[in-house]
Amino acid sequence: MQSLTNRSRNVVNKKMNFWERIYLVAIFKGMWTTLKHFLRVMFGKSHTVRYPEVKRPFAPVWRGWHVLKRDEKGAERCTACGLCAVACPAEAITMTAAERNKGEEHLYREEKYAAVYEINMLRCIFCGLCEEACPKEAIFLTDRIVPSDYARQGFVFGKDLLVEGVEPEKRIDVSVRQKHIQEKKWAAEPAH
Amino acid sequence: MSILLLFSAGFIVEKIILISVLFAITLGVAAYSTYGERKFAAFFQDRLGPDRAGPWGILQPLADGVKMFTKEDFRPNEAERWLYILAPGAFMFVACMTSAVIPWGTQLTVFGTPVDLQVADLNIGILYILGLSSLGVYGIMIGGWSSNNKFSLYGAIRASSQMISYELAMGLSVIAVVMMTGTLSLKEMAAQQAGFNWNVWYQPLGFLIFFICSLAECNRAPFDMAECETELIGGYHTEYSSMKLGFFLFAEYINMFISSAVTATVFFGGYNFPGLDPNWLGGFMGPIVLFAKVFFFIFVFMWIRWTIPRFRYDQLMHLGWKSLIPLAIFNMLLTGAGVLYFGK
Repeated sequence: MQSLTNRSRNVVNKKMNFWERIYLVAIFKGMWTTLKHFLRVMFGKSHTVRYPEVKRPFAPVWRGWHVLKRDEKGAERCTACGLCAVACPAEAITMTAAERNKGEEHLYREEKYAAVYEINMLRCIFCGLCEEACPKEAIFLTDRIVPSDYARQGFVFGKDLLVEGVEPEKRIDVSVRQKHIQEKKWAAEPAH
Repeated sequence: MSILLLFSAGFIVEKIILISVLFAITLGVAAYSTYGERKFAAFFQDRLGPDRAGPWGILQPLADGVKMFTKEDFRPNEAERWLYILAPGAFMFVACMTSAVIPWGTQLTVFGTPVDLQVADLNIGILYILGLSSLGVYGIMIGGWSSNNKFSLYGAIRASSQMISYELAMGLSVIAVVMMTGTLSLKEMAAQQAGFNWNVWYQPLGFLIFFICSLAECNRAPFDMAECETELIGGYHTEYSSMKLGFFLFAEYINMFISSAVTATVFFGGYNFPGLDPNWLGGFMGPIVLFAKVFFFIFVFMWIRWTIPRFRYDQLMHLGWKSLIPLAIFNMLLTGAGVLYFGK
């Protein structure tokens, strides 16, 4: 049979000679192999990343913990249209819409808003379709990792964990990911 | 010398201090062997190993100890109660006793009095060690049987048959050394190997057999049939938990330490090293050299464990009975002929 890779070898069931039969040579060879690994790690060449102290860089388009953005004046952009929930293949998003009252214009940008907005992080597959579906540029995926928890209830993230803060320092920057997505789209389109 | 003189107060105090220090060192080495094992295992596998408890993880044995003590002490309902409790203690006791006859150095001079660095200079030291290492199997056997679990019993039976098989070859390989040196006392054996006159140069085959057998005696990979996780869950200590399990594991590391010390003493010159007089540093040079050798052998034990896959049980028995014992007898004949011819 034709070989697919050049790495395959035919099995030979020849009788072992004396040195092969006592195995010691093979054992010393094996010990030399493991010793090389030992010395390599001993002198600091390990592939391990010491996680909490050292973090591996994310891809610029990393899709993690969602954020619900506010507009420049600090009002929530989400209008609870439900398109993200429809787009979601994992059915992780639920929401309850409510009407904006008088005097709440600084809180919500449009007349309708999400009173409850929940993403079940155990169901979410971080595909980013909610972000694509959103007509109001309200939901984005960020480069933050969803932290672990001991209880399942803790993974249903409400608005307290999703909506970004009003103050400038509490805003969450999504421009890096968006810029890369845009550039990729430009690159994919044929030149005009 | 009268009995009264021999058991003078000073003598007893000296021995008690020596025994306590030795005991502490043994436990310390065993504790740090667990750390060393995990760290070396990691290095051999391109990992880093425990590095969270203290710098480089050096407090890991402490954390492990606390963990062992605070775990639930579970006892199976059907277990033979007293034997079940006795077994880990017996195993640990025997493991700790073996170090008594090993000469750790020549003599220390403490406050002007010379102190022998050996707890008991038995004139049959090596027999004492062989005897105790066969006693060690009782801890395993009792523990495995009294747990009333078939996996434990399998592990215990494997351990005992393995020990019986390999003790033969071990004894035969030691006999060759005894024929050569003409003494059973470890102190004299060590003294005869002054400088670079080590027994291993005259007994390379004997050393190989002895080393393979001591791997088997310590239930270490590639001969760890007694606890063979993939076949027997945990082997003889399947039903043990908490510090009872800790005792079993700990005693195995003590055994490893002691058998490294015996290997170093019988074959690798004990406290002797060319160019390093064991009487230097007020007698501390001897123990330093010996411990360096012991740590090297502990490293080799671990090195082998993380290199060679486990033997199958029938292969183990084939190796023991059909290869090592005939080889050891052959080695003995060779040594006999050598002694006759050279008159050494």
